[in-house]
Amino acid sequence: MTELERLWVYLAASPLLWLTATLLAYLAGAWAFEKSGRLALVNPVAVAMALLIGVLVATGTPYRTYFEGAQFVHFLLGPATVALAVPLWRYRSQLRKAALPLAAALLAGAATSILSAVGIALALGADPVTVASLAPKSVTSPIAMGIAEQIGGIPSLTAALVICTGILGAVLGPTVLRLLRITDPQAQGTALGTASHGIGTAAAFQIDKLAGTFAGIAMALNGFLTALLVPVFVRLL
Amino acid sequence: MVHAIATILLAQLAGELAARGLGLPLPGPVLGALFLVGLLAWRGGPGESLERAADGLLSNLSLLFVPAGVGVMLHAGLIGREWLAIAGALLFSTVLTVAVTGLVFRLLSRPPRGDAP
Repeated sequence: MTELERLWVYLAASPLLWLTATLLAYLAGAWAFEKSGRLALVNPVAVAMALLIGVLVATGTPYRTYFEGAQFVHFLLGPATVALAVPLWRYRSQLRKAALPLAAALLAGAATSILSAVGIALALGADPVTVASLAPKSVTSPIAMGIAEQIGGIPSLTAALVICTGILGAVLGPTVLRLLRITDPQAQGTALGTASHGIGTAAAFQIDKLAGTFAGIAMALNGFLTALLVPVFVRLL
Repeated sequence: MVHAIATILLAQLAGELAARGLGLPLPGPVLGALFLVGLLAWRGGPGESLERAADGLLSNLSLLFVPAGVGVMLHAGLIGREWLAIAGALLFSTVLTVAVTGLVFRLLSRPPRGDAP
């Protein structure tokens, strides 16, 4: 064994290497996103995932070894979900003013998202595990993964589906809104945040600050609503 | 800073305990967030350090799902078999959700006019 190989064997088994690799891959993704002129298709998470999977496959590293390092980042998903309480509190006055349209739009959007995803997947002959992983696709991933786990889906598959949904919403959402002549920034933001969580919220901030604020509110509230609705729908179906 | 982190973790712990203890069909951290909203309402606000901690976590939210996202490599077979159903569901459901949410919001945010033509 050469010195270099010995070094690799040591590093590849320590949490430090894969924790560092996760942060570097994300920084590379964020850099590519900025360089592309904030193109929704060049999503930082998608870039980071592709880079890391490429490295793991090329070095023959099992996912379990990678996760031993990356779990320190993964753990923060729970605290981040709890932290959503702060923006909810901060925007409480805007929330109260638009309470009726916001509540109705959220309820309609959450139900549409869950039922259409489940219905289309079933119609196209998807496996029950795939369907369960798709159901919470529109909400921010810490919540979506928790929901998927509870109803028999695969959390890591859900994480990837959530990212795809975010990118689709950010790329197609503004066009859909334009075609429907929805010009109120509050409505635009609510639609983007409800359908495609944080990535949609970033797209809404590019339209307008008010749209972005409403998208953030819609993202947080849809997380709670979907967590409540999915188990109910699962019991009914 | 430590105080803010402890507050967040304590809310999460309470959420996990409530969700599992009562057998509620909600992720523990979601309940934890509701507890924290209650606490903020009671205390009259988050205070500077909790606000900083929360903003720090939320502004880097997308980084946090990289480790789980990489786990998709374990499911390459399943995605290969079901790509059509997955792609169809994601594409149409996302477009439909944007449209329905936006239309319902617009419908209800207009002031009602009693004798519109």
